[in-house]
Amino acid sequence: MAYLDLNHVVRRFGGLVAVNDITVGIEQGEIFGLIGPNGSGKTTLFNCINNYYPANSGEVVFKGIPITHKPTHEICQLGIGRTFQVVKPLRRMTVLENVMAGAFLRTDSVTKARDKAMEVLDFCELLHRKDMLAKDLPIADKKRMEIARSLAGEPELMLLDETAAGLNPKEIEAAMAIVKKIRDRGVTCFVVEHVMKFIMGISDRMMCINFGREIARGTPQEIASHLEVIKAYLGEEYAKGR
Amino acid sequence: MALFGQTLITGLLIGGIYAVIAIGMTLIMGVMKIINLVHGALMMVAMYVCLVLFQSFGLHPYIGMIPAMVILFLIGYFLQKYSIERVFGVETILPESQVLLTLAMALAITEIVRLIFTSDYQSTYTPFSAKCFYLGGMSISVPYLVSFGIAMAFVAALHIFLTRTDLGRSVVATAQDRDAATYMGVDAKRITNFTFGLGTALAAAGGALLLPIFYLFPDVWHPYLAKCFIITILGGMGSTVGALSGGLVLGIAETFGATYWSPGYRDVVGFIIFILVLLFLPGGLKRIIGR
Amino acid sequence: MAKKNWFSLAILGLGGVAVVAIPPFLGGYFQHVLILIMMWITMATAWNLLGGYCGQVSFGHAVFFGLGAYGGGLLYLHWGISPWWGMITGPLLAVIIGIPIGLITFRLRGAYFALAMLALGETFRIVFTNWESVTAGAVGIITSRTWGAEKLPYYYIALAIAALSIYVAYRLIRSKYGYYFISIREDQDAAEGLGIPTTRYKLYALIPSAFFTGLAGAVFMNYIAYIEPHLVFNLSAISIMMILAVMMGGAGTLWGPVLGAAIYTILSEALRAAIGPISYLVFPVIACLIIMFLPDGIIGDWDKIRRVFSRKKPAYVGGE
Repeated sequence: MAYLDLNHVVRRFGGLVAVNDITVGIEQGEIFGLIGPNGSGKTTLFNCINNYYPANSGEVVFKGIPITHKPTHEICQLGIGRTFQVVKPLRRMTVLENVMAGAFLRTDSVTKARDKAMEVLDFCELLHRKDMLAKDLPIADKKRMEIARSLAGEPELMLLDETAAGLNPKEIEAAMAIVKKIRDRGVTCFVVEHVMKFIMGISDRMMCINFGREIARGTPQEIASHLEVIKAYLGEEYAKGR
Repeated sequence: MALFGQTLITGLLIGGIYAVIAIGMTLIMGVMKIINLVHGALMMVAMYVCLVLFQSFGLHPYIGMIPAMVILFLIGYFLQKYSIERVFGVETILPESQVLLTLAMALAITEIVRLIFTSDYQSTYTPFSAKCFYLGGMSISVPYLVSFGIAMAFVAALHIFLTRTDLGRSVVATAQDRDAATYMGVDAKRITNFTFGLGTALAAAGGALLLPIFYLFPDVWHPYLAKCFIITILGGMGSTVGALSGGLVLGIAETFGATYWSPGYRDVVGFIIFILVLLFLPGGLKRIIGR
Repeated sequence: MAKKNWFSLAILGLGGVAVVAIPPFLGGYFQHVLILIMMWITMATAWNLLGGYCGQVSFGHAVFFGLGAYGGGLLYLHWGISPWWGMITGPLLAVIIGIPIGLITFRLRGAYFALAMLALGETFRIVFTNWESVTAGAVGIITSRTWGAEKLPYYYIALAIAALSIYVAYRLIRSKYGYYFISIREDQDAAEGLGIPTTRYKLYALIPSAFFTGLAGAVFMNYIAYIEPHLVFNLSAISIMMILAVMMGGAGTLWGPVLGAAIYTILSEALRAAIGPISYLVFPVIACLIIMFLPDGIIGDWDKIRRVFSRKKPAYVGGE
């Protein structure tokens, strides 16, 4: 039994099957990457883990506890943190207050929450922005703040959804460093991404899905040369060419 | 048994009139995606326009309806263009400022009308108003019947407009997907202004149809606004067919409530349906609730 | 959440002394207006907790006001008990009924919540009007005023309640509750993802909101000594005006509702005295203007206001 187990998870939207029988186990302490063309069901899968959309069938098990239909906030309390594909800053709060909102998961004291938030902001190298209103941040910092906010709740597993989207190369490098830092801190990372440089550069293991189904699994090198992956991204002809 | 039939038919007839007003609201909601709470007050204004035409020129509301619709179209158009549009999409701490604005407008308009006409109850009473015809022990009010007929004519006309004319289809397109419509050459802003005017004109028609039946006073619109809203939610935001069926359902439910429970609780029936629908009716409503 | 400083404390102190020491020297009418101000401050602060801070905009808070008023009124009507006990039973009734209301309506978001609360407010009004055997219906309930024509005692009670409501709001906002309320307002889904049980915290905002609104209703019952459903469950005069008062001052701030309540009360009394029935027109128009131009209130849109009055010309960008 792995740290996070997804067993035959299915999620439908009317006639469309967005997640079609996905089974995978994430091990503790690893960075696991999930890729797939647009619309392949990656974010939907995350939403199923978190229960923003309940899975239609299958189960999600975390540290041996079935979490399939638990309310989202309970899942978070159990130790799963999440960032969003489209960032969701708490706009009219400052960066510090945003992160404190995350820190309050583990404490009731304002002082302790503030201390925790400062520590996490420092870890994420965002301390210089702490008094800025979240809505005024540039996109890279908004994403970084979202990570910090989630981190302040002391998660054991983080779901990172398209962290590198919209970032320039320098920002991507910085984001990669942060994710590695987070893993070194002891947090398992399940990463969904489009930007190949980002995800290939940090993942220990990877999986590729298309149309909601798994099409390949392995190390980044194995994935990069996998026939089905190439076919999914670049089409039949390129796969044939290989 | 006759009571049952009479209740059913009366409910149906009044429901048809509700439907016309509600269709106006659902059109507006479909295109603008906002809750329009000034709809009822504008309906009331139309009723006063008809009243004035009746008292000054002897025009029966069924005829005075036409100029009233034109006037209200213009009022609605300008309200939307110069006031409501201003708060559309503006970020504020209290997220419901558009809704609040339309409600405040409604209150302001009501007070203006009250200053001009006082709170006195008025009516357009003619011998026609009391006419009933009798069918197997049931008594059906003729004004209800005629108003219903005219209401259905409007619904049919609207349906043809929305499906067969370019302008109508532009309205539907803007409601379905504003951006996509824009890319296809639809001027979303002008369509929005037009739709607000059109929806208001429909409310005006509904009001004119109610005038021969009920008393008129400045606050008359309160329950009708509520009914409109309930119907819109019941039928699904932006759906004209939904507004029609919702109107009929509400009319029937209300009339049964008034007959078999108590007349005073007539409006409570609607509120109960409202809450139940908001909580339990899935499908088209889920998307709205998740907003 | 700014640091306290000398100046603010001094103002607060002076204000506190003023509201306690000055009223005995004022005439009866001014004392009456002050009592109204205190009641509206309580109501505005209460509404702001749920609406301004937690983002759940309720168009039907008159429910709690009415329940607060009838909490005492019903005791008097049926058992001849002094309506002063209503100061306890009223708010409790508001909370006890408020919790199931919240549990049902918090499933709805945004404008749908607002309208569901509006529907509830109207439903209560209709029910209280028709259920004559229990509530005396439209006739209402009349009690006798404990202190006759003397207004001062009522003022100090209303003042104490207003001060209490502000204090409770202050403590809540600075605590974990405050952070969670605002998080829910800013992005409910993000809040859930941070482990915040949003429904539970919305209730935590609703309870003091209902309690203090109910308390204001109980004060009203005792001061005016006459209540009837159309008066206390009123949509435009109570539910909507509460929102307007908060908006004028600034939703989501501590002193915004206080400022807004004071301005609203003074303005409405002044207008009524000056131009009579036209004043009913003025407030909705003011509301429209505020929503269009100053939606975050005097405190929230302070920068906008300053810019209008500042003489600074914008920097000239020369050339084309």
